[in-house]
Order: sequence, then structure tokens, then C-alpha cells
Amino acid sequence: MLKIEHLAWSIPGGEEIIKDIDVTVPEGKLIVVTGPNGGGKTTLAKLIAGIESPSKGKIIFDGEDITGLDVTERAQKGLAYAFQQPVRFKGLTVRDLLELAAGGKLPEEKLCALLGQVGLCANEYIDREMNTSLSGGESKRIEIATVLARQAKLSIFDEPEAGIDLWSFSRLVETFQNLRRQGNGTLLVISHQERILSIADEIIVIADGRVRMIGPGKEVLPQLLADERAARCPLGKEELE
Amino acid sequence: MNKITEELLRVVSDFKGSFEGAFNIREDGGCAGRQSTKNIQITSKKDLPGIDIHIAPGTKGETVYIPACVTHSDVDDLVYNDFYVGEGADVVIVAGCGVHSDGEEEARHNGIHRFFVKKGAHVVYREKHLGTGKGNGARRIDPITDVYLEEGSSLEMDTVQLGGVDRTTRKTSGVVGARARLVVRERLMTDGEEFARTDFDVTMEGEDCGVDLMSRSVAKGHSHQEFYSCIKGNARCTGHSECDAILSENGTVVAQPALEANHIDASLIHEAAIGKIAGEQILKLRTLGLTEQEAEARIVEGFLK
Repeated sequence: MLKIEHLAWSIPGGEEIIKDIDVTVPEGKLIVVTGPNGGGKTTLAKLIAGIESPSKGKIIFDGEDITGLDVTERAQKGLAYAFQQPVRFKGLTVRDLLELAAGGKLPEEKLCALLGQVGLCANEYIDREMNTSLSGGESKRIEIATVLARQAKLSIFDEPEAGIDLWSFSRLVETFQNLRRQGNGTLLVISHQERILSIADEIIVIADGRVRMIGPGKEVLPQLLADERAARCPLGKEELE
Repeated sequence: MNKITEELLRVVSDFKGSFEGAFNIREDGGCAGRQSTKNIQITSKKDLPGIDIHIAPGTKGETVYIPACVTHSDVDDLVYNDFYVGEGADVVIVAGCGVHSDGEEEARHNGIHRFFVKKGAHVVYREKHLGTGKGNGARRIDPITDVYLEEGSSLEMDTVQLGGVDRTTRKTSGVVGARARLVVRERLMTDGEEFARTDFDVTMEGEDCGVDLMSRSVAKGHSHQEFYSCIKGNARCTGHSECDAILSENGTVVAQPALEANHIDASLIHEAAIGKIAGEQILKLRTLGLTEQEAEARIVEGFLK
């Protein structure tokens, strides 16, 4: 469903952030992209969404080369992207954004269901402006809801856990699991959270602008956890062995 | 009333062929219809052009319409309308103004509205301004609104001007008594060579009173806007003003907010922001499938809603 071929990207006039990424994302799966900070995960997500343009390589989506398409065209082809930092709007309400995302008017029960998926009560939020009066966690959850509303073929979530409380996070993990169970599109989630990694069909580890590791979640996660233990506590690693 | 007046009324004062309750329709300086009710009496002024509107104490749930239209060029309409809102009343006042010009001469409406709001009364005041027609003559609307709020009363003013008015100077002043509250929400859009100036001057005189001024505007084309506000706190009170302007194309905006605290317990805040639409806002809407132009239009529409 998504094929990335030898993708590269550099900061204009500067460092190469994505060096050579070559991955295939299977349809209907939950893929989690993880790796150290600064390794190129968010850049990769932006390249897929069309927010940045690669210096080399190709992006094939649903059998079509979309490398030359802009953000709008990619969105219209069924690609959705949840920003790591939600964007605030003076004047646009939560309802406005969800309806723009869905491409038309939404009945109250649908709005309620969408916000419920991110742990928000619709009555309190639908007519509120998406402005700075919302807390970081609230706006983050609404940002995620705008992507859920799109029912896209491929939905990309950039660190959905950042800034949201534990209870809402549990609800979000359930939502990802449900979406995968229902087979509603492919999910690409950038995350460091073990609970999200633990539900991944496949994990891609990006470091230093390249794919360091890729494979089924069940195989990759234990290795990541072992590495983490090793980095912090050699004695712990011995105990594990 | 003529066709142009009817069309203007539909936009500026929710006219649906008739008004229910009290109303006075002003057309090219004359009266095109008037109706009083038991609680709301409308009478002509004797010494000046205009009307007095007396709202009986305790009147609840009634709406008064006092729209004014100028339907051709070479009209300079000046009108004085005074509202006397009785103690404990709770009413809505709708005062739209439309100016149409197909000619070369100027068409101007200058409405001077004064509100004397008695103890405990509550008024929602809505005014919408519109300019139409293809003539080169300038369409001008220069409203003056003076509000006097007695103890425990309140007035919420919604003022909207979304296009077609070539020049406007809008002056709003208020004197706010104890525990009274004045809320003003202004929405303004200018385009082409239009000019709009807003002046707010509010004095908080009574203990525990409050003022909230909010202005949102969009300056497109080569239009120019000026926003001046002064909130004075002469007692224990709270004042807040907020001025947000979006610039588009070659539009320009000047904002000069002022606060004057003359009492130790006067708490006054001003927030102002001027700039073009943030790139990330357009980007977010593009990721939802909108084009750049659609995203800009939707952001402006929401901002001025």
C-alpha cells in the first residue's frame, strides 16, 4: 500500500537527515516507527504527507507514484497526517475541523463517537474554538480526532502520546487496536511508547536517517527492550540473559 | 419602501418581508414604516432628525428593529436615535445599515445612537453594515454609539461590516456604572481601497463593573484599517480588550490600544495580534484535503464568524 524507495532529504543547505530509507508498509496493518530523537522519524512522516519534498527517492502509494504530488493532492488520495504539535485556530471550532476532515456535515452521534475515541466528551467540546483556551492535551486529542474523521486509506500519527494524560492514552491505544481490528485503513504511528509498540504488527526502527531494524512487532520489541536495559544498566542485562 | 431597501434589509437586519414587534425603517432620510408596541414606543424627535425609543421597565423578550438604508448616491443622511431602556428590561435591538450607490456622488449614512440603560436592564444590540452597488460614488457609514449603563445593567454589542463600505469611522463610547457590564464584539473586513477606523473609548466609573472589547478584522486588497481603543478604570473594575487582525495581499492595519488605570483595584488587560494567516494553519487544512485558496477562505470565514 505504501512503498518508500531510497528516500533522502537534507535540511536546505545543511545536514542530511534522511539518508536512504527503503521500506514497504503492508495494507491494513498497524506499523509503529520508533527510534532515537533526531533520527528522522518526523521528517519521514512529513515526506510521506507531502509537507517536505525528498531530494532523492520515490514514494509509491496504492500503486501510484505520489512523489511529485503536493499536500492537498496526497490528502485527496487518502493520506491523513496528525501533527505532533496541534495547530490552533481563532474562529474554527472543533466541529468545523471535524467536518472539514470528514468532507461534510456530521450528525451529533458521529461527532460524539469521534471525540469519544480520544477520550473527550462531545458536548463540552464541539462548539469550542480550537484556540489557546484548550489545554495541550485537549488540542492534541482533537488533532488525532481530525485524522480519525477522515477514514483515510493511510493515517499517520506523529507521537500521538505526547502531552496526553494516562487515561486518554489508554483510550487511544484501544482506538488504534479497534481500527486495526476493523481493517479501517493502514496506520503508521510514530511512537516511543511501549504500549503502542506492543500492539504493532510491524516495527520500523529509524536511526541516523536509515532503517536500523524492521520486522514483526513480536520480534523487534524484545530486542528494543533488551537494548534499552543494556544502555541504562549492564547488570540488568546480565539478569535478563 | 423600494426594492433596494428590501434587499439591504434582508442582509443587515434579518428582514423576511415584515418585522414582528416594534420597528422603524429609515429609507433615504425618510420613514418607510414604523410600529410601536405596548412596551416599546417609537416617536419622532422634535428638534432633530431621528427617533426616541422608550422601552418600558420590565419588558422581556421583545426585539426592536431600527434599520436604515441609503439606496442611491448624493444622499448624506444624519440621524439621532436615542434608546431609553427601562429598569429590569431584557430586549434585543437590531440596527442594520445598508448603503447602495450606482451613481458618481457619495452615499452616506451617519447614525448617532445613544443608549440609556437603567438599573438591572440587559440589552443585546446588533448592527450589521453593508455597502452595495456599482457606482463610483463612495459608500460611507459613520456610526457613533454612546452607551450609559446604570447599576447592574449590561449591554452586549455585536457589530459586523463585511464588505462594500468604502469609508467608515466607527466611534463607540461607554460609561459603565457599578456592577454593570459592557461587551463589544466587532467583526470587520475591508478590501480594495476601503478604509475603516474604529474608536473605542470606555470609562468604568462604578465598583465591580467590567468591559470586554473584542475586535477581529481582515484587511485585504489595498485596504487600510485603524483601531484605537482606550479603556479607563476609575474604580475597582476589570477591563479587557483584544484586537486581532489578519493581513492579506497589501492590506495594512494600525492598532493603538490604550489602558488607563486610575484606581489601585482597576485590572486592565489588552491583547493584540496582527499578521498574515499562519502557514501552519493553511498546511493543517491542506492535510484535510483543502487547496491553499480554500484553506485561506475557510480560516477567514471562521475568524469572522
